[in-house]
Amino acid sequence: MNKIFEKGGKLSWLHSTVDAFETFLAVPPTVSSKGSHVRDAVDLKRIIIIALIAAIPAALFGMWNVGYQHGLAIGDTRLNIIGNWWFGFLKVLPLYIVAYAVGLFIEFGTAQIRGEEVNEGFLMTGFLIPLIIPVTTPLWMVGLATAFSVIFCKEVFGGTGMNIWNPALVARAFLFFSYPKQMSGSECWIAMGKGETMLDACTGATPLALDGASAQYGTGFWDLFIGTVPGSVGETSVICILLGAAILIWTGVGSWKIMAGSVAGALLVGWIGNIGGATTIPAWEQLLLGGFAFGTVFMATDPVTSCQTECGKWIYGLLIGMLCVTVRLFNPGYAEGMMLAILLCNTFAPLIDHCVTGIHISRRNKKLNAA
Amino acid sequence: MSDNIVLKKGLDVPVCGAADLLVNKSIMPSLLSVEPTCFKGFSPRLLVREGDRVLCGSPVICDKQNPGILLCSPASGTVKNISRGEKRKLLAVVIEPDTVQEYVDRKPCNPSGCTAEQIREILLSSGLWLQLVQRPYGIVASPSASPKAIFVSSFSSAPLAADSEFCLGNELAALQAGVNALARIAPVHISSRPESVFAKLENAAHHFFSGPHPAGNVGVQISHISPIRKGEVVWTVSLEGLAAIGRLFLSGRYDLRRKIAVCGPMAVEPSYASVLPGTPVKEFKAWYGTAAEEIRFVSGDLLSGRNVGEDGCIGFYDNQLSLIREGREKEYFGWIRPLRLNQFSTDHSYFNWILPRRKYSMDTNIHGGKRAFLVNDAYYAKMLPMDIYPIYLVKACLAKDIDKMEKFGIYEVLPEDLALCEFADPSKNDIQDIIASGIDLMLKEMA
Repeated sequence: MNKIFEKGGKLSWLHSTVDAFETFLAVPPTVSSKGSHVRDAVDLKRIIIIALIAAIPAALFGMWNVGYQHGLAIGDTRLNIIGNWWFGFLKVLPLYIVAYAVGLFIEFGTAQIRGEEVNEGFLMTGFLIPLIIPVTTPLWMVGLATAFSVIFCKEVFGGTGMNIWNPALVARAFLFFSYPKQMSGSECWIAMGKGETMLDACTGATPLALDGASAQYGTGFWDLFIGTVPGSVGETSVICILLGAAILIWTGVGSWKIMAGSVAGALLVGWIGNIGGATTIPAWEQLLLGGFAFGTVFMATDPVTSCQTECGKWIYGLLIGMLCVTVRLFNPGYAEGMMLAILLCNTFAPLIDHCVTGIHISRRNKKLNAA
Repeated sequence: MSDNIVLKKGLDVPVCGAADLLVNKSIMPSLLSVEPTCFKGFSPRLLVREGDRVLCGSPVICDKQNPGILLCSPASGTVKNISRGEKRKLLAVVIEPDTVQEYVDRKPCNPSGCTAEQIREILLSSGLWLQLVQRPYGIVASPSASPKAIFVSSFSSAPLAADSEFCLGNELAALQAGVNALARIAPVHISSRPESVFAKLENAAHHFFSGPHPAGNVGVQISHISPIRKGEVVWTVSLEGLAAIGRLFLSGRYDLRRKIAVCGPMAVEPSYASVLPGTPVKEFKAWYGTAAEEIRFVSGDLLSGRNVGEDGCIGFYDNQLSLIREGREKEYFGWIRPLRLNQFSTDHSYFNWILPRRKYSMDTNIHGGKRAFLVNDAYYAKMLPMDIYPIYLVKACLAKDIDKMEKFGIYEVLPEDLALCEFADPSKNDIQDIIASGIDLMLKEMA
């Protein structure tokens, strides 16, 4: 690094920023000073980039789907795959630009104030935020929500690794509670061009809001599985999300235990609701609807805000799945339960871990005393 | 009594430069350092002056709190220099050895005929007491303590570790005498690899450990054999220490000579040397040539040894000198390259699992920036075959929460046991240092 950026230099106020770009381009020449002399080649940048790569299929499909849904809504389905994707890309790109610009600006600023290195955690958060909101969300809202979540959900706790809730979900929750009109209902899910109007037959609502009764979209297994339905940008395609899940599980970046727990919990409550008469949706369909799959794979498995212990991960996953479907079944005003289920379980994750480690300690003490 | 324990967790760090099984050189250095800094819980008081003559086994330094604990000269010669650091802290007593060695005159004795008190007395007066390390905390054994048991690990699983069968397999008589002596004080437990030659030793309970590093760490072995409870004390002794104790009883001589592995990616023809503790690194020039500036000299293994530098010397307990390159250069687009096959990672985000037998020429670069703990406890627990949540323990140490540290198992670990967690940590925290500071706090508060 040039001397003027170092402490005492003329531009030392840019230290963290310059350092961030330098370490982005090259692994720094730092050698171990204490403890183990050799270190594993993995670092957090690698782990974050893997998580990001895992979310790329869902993002690419989401962009195509924005275009496809638009075509359906205006009754003009002449565009081909690339045309649809390009339409969606142009709609989603501003969301990305705003989310990254606002989030990284705050990240760089706080790192500079604290005199720390810039943490790469926001690369993932910023990638997820546009995927979990409706494509029509006004850009200023995206900026505001991102700023709120980075400052109040992350930086006030001490930065990445110290936060209690998933920052991307907090951004979504902020939007949901502050601007419910733009975040739910049947208008927001489909991007429209200037002067375009929806066909009369088109409701624009997500299959979840319609409770499976829509005649307009196919809501059969394949439609939901492939993801050709309205919804938040990245959440609709279960097959793309499964691709991401495979990457996360193989690399160990996301915990398969949390994913499996969540699926089991959703199936259990979905099945009970089904035979109890609370819903006509079969249990397996709960897994395909709404943000369940996306939340399970990319949100619930966030290593910072999920449970630390192996046993805790099962409990945490189960609770998320169960809570999500419970909200869906018993809250007609708000059809999507995934966001709140994860945020609530984020809150309880330390408590779950506390209980698990407490049980472990008392079991250990018993074993020690018996020995 | 014997049992087989198979450990699944852990990792054999695949670094290249293992020592060939041959002794290349027997070194009697021109200068020899006696360093009191190798011992935890030992406050040195000097017993000699510059110019004094010492024999092999003459006391040079004693402990201020327990003047009975003596640190003796490993060779006969003249005290050449007394090296002090800041605030006159005693760093080393430098001895110029004689060409013909003279030993402090002691009579051989049969340990089986001695009482526990006599054994303790002999160990204290001979200077071999320092071979005993007390757990919890890994301090010099207290002469007033009555340990629950004494544990010996007959192998090391650390990267490039010296082969204990090669080093001491032909000294079974001395080892047996050492076991007989220590068995008078407390039951002796020996942990070995299955089918080890050391299973022949009598008068001890044998345990057999298979699995990757840290299976050879005595702390890990204790936690599987008989975990340390609050208030309990156990002692450990290295195999070299056990042999030295045995030689004392068999021949009456204070003889710390040992074979050490000179190894590591930067070692030229890695092999063994027969040396005394305190031998200067410069005596090993044949192994590293002129490239000293690029090399880190580690007395001990690459995970938990000490960086002693070219002017340093071999530590009291160490049987390994690891030479590794200082990785002081940038690696462009390191973390984003898909393959990066020349670097080793245990993480599946790289593809090293394709070549499980490959050895890597590692360096000291930490391959990233320091971050808060981000990945969760299970990531680290894969590296620690103990009934402990490593990151909960580390965080308890960071928070200086003694109650939590006790609960999460501070009594059972030494920093070396969590060295692999530190190796694998993507957040690049100094986990061993954090545990060491936790142990220091416990020592201060519980004293």
